[in-house]
Amino acid sequence: MNQEMKEHVKQALKQGKRLDGRALDEIRPIKIQTGIISTAEGSAKVKFGDAEVLAGVKMALEKPYPDTPEDGVLMVNAELLPLSSPEFEAGPPSIESIETARVIDRGIRESKTIDTKGLCLEKGEKVWSVAVDIVPLNFDGNLIDMGGLAAIAAIKTARYPTLNEDGSVDYHKRSENKLELANVPIPITVCKLGDLFIVDPTEQEEKAVDTRLTITTLDENTICALQKGGDVPLKVEDVQKMVELAFKSAGEIRKILAEVN
Amino acid sequence: MGELIAKERTIVVPGQVIAKGMDFLPSNGTYRKGEDVIANRLGMLNVEGKVLKTTQISGRYIPQQGDTIIGKVEDILMSGWRLDINSPYSAVLPLKDASFDYIAKGADLTKYFRLEDFAVAKITNVTSQNLVDITVKGPGLKRLRGGRIIKVSPHKVPRIIGKKGSMVSMMKKATDCKIIVGQNGLVWLEGEPGMEAITVQAIKKIEREAHISGLTDRVKKFLEEKTGKTINLEELQNTNNNHNTEEGETQ
Repeated sequence: MNQEMKEHVKQALKQGKRLDGRALDEIRPIKIQTGIISTAEGSAKVKFGDAEVLAGVKMALEKPYPDTPEDGVLMVNAELLPLSSPEFEAGPPSIESIETARVIDRGIRESKTIDTKGLCLEKGEKVWSVAVDIVPLNFDGNLIDMGGLAAIAAIKTARYPTLNEDGSVDYHKRSENKLELANVPIPITVCKLGDLFIVDPTEQEEKAVDTRLTITTLDENTICALQKGGDVPLKVEDVQKMVELAFKSAGEIRKILAEVN
Repeated sequence: MGELIAKERTIVVPGQVIAKGMDFLPSNGTYRKGEDVIANRLGMLNVEGKVLKTTQISGRYIPQQGDTIIGKVEDILMSGWRLDINSPYSAVLPLKDASFDYIAKGADLTKYFRLEDFAVAKITNVTSQNLVDITVKGPGLKRLRGGRIIKVSPHKVPRIIGKKGSMVSMMKKATDCKIIVGQNGLVWLEGEPGMEAITVQAIKKIEREAHISGLTDRVKKFLEEKTGKTINLEELQNTNNNHNTEEGETQ
């Protein structure tokens, strides 16, 4: 990015203002729309201001992995579509897309949100696989938080396809059974610049900050996953402040998500 | 006898027959086929006597000689720079138009412009092959330092500038921001961070509501609400005449 633009972002932040006029700990207006992909078992589109991310859940009957014959399969994948930003290119997955998918996956997996044992129909033979795909439609930073929220909203509204009596699956008809969620993991990325902490960074801000920490929380006092990025180290006090911010922001998002069904 | 088929100030689409007969003449955005005048762009029809024109309402910026634009350096050439001007065509800034200094052969060109630098430039020439030449020598033309760039539709630029620069002056006065509007739809601004955000909101508002009448009053009200200052329009008009409008052509 233009060095001077970076400096401009920093100067504004040091005066406690952001380029779009938000406060440092303010998230862009959030909108969640679910069930917008008819062919997916569950789907959600999340908007943070003008930025948009789409997540879809596909459920299929598969053979389990040999080492976990009783567990269903959870997969989270992210693809940075070139149409969503001039900086994204087609081709093999970029480091950013792998990191985004892994951090969101970690939040859902390590929190045991989905009971993988419950996805098993027949040991070693038939289990449900849950594949979550995340794509930005209009990228403007903060992909992990937006993708994580879209993923959990999509999973929350996902319904199993109909299972016929002969064991085959009718993907065109959906049953009333929903995936059971044990938790609601919400990832929040807190960025640090100098002594300042910001949440929900835009693309420009992401490029200007020193370092970031993604904190996935389950409720007011449980953390289930962490991911640090950027090459500036963090002090213990920094991490404490960032965690506090993450709890606060996750609380706000959780309220909005609670209205989604 | 000619006949005007499309109504004046309506939207016409490419291929639409606007008028029949030789009484009408095609101009920008229209062409003659046989005896018909046909639109070749999406736009609003203007009838000026016999001349039929369309005003573009969407699409990218098409470079025109004499326009003041904002460009971003995307490549450093052997003897100049290539700038992205938010258009299908890129512009070349030759060495001789980049600085008043003597630049020796083989000198390090990044001393003058680096990659991703922004500059206010004027288009000196556009060839029939759409090769664009620009200069940064001239009043108000320079490399931009600091501040930020936002993108707007190039077709809304005349409304952002306003009559004789009235809209821009109003925003400058209300927010104390420095604003430079390029004809190609890039806008540079710099000021106190809070005020900058208000200016961006105002520009987006103008862009959104450009076609609705009473725009100046609405923007004035918006700025007064956000900044808490009162704006005197008449006072602005008087100062406009000796105001350095770096914004180029106005409508």
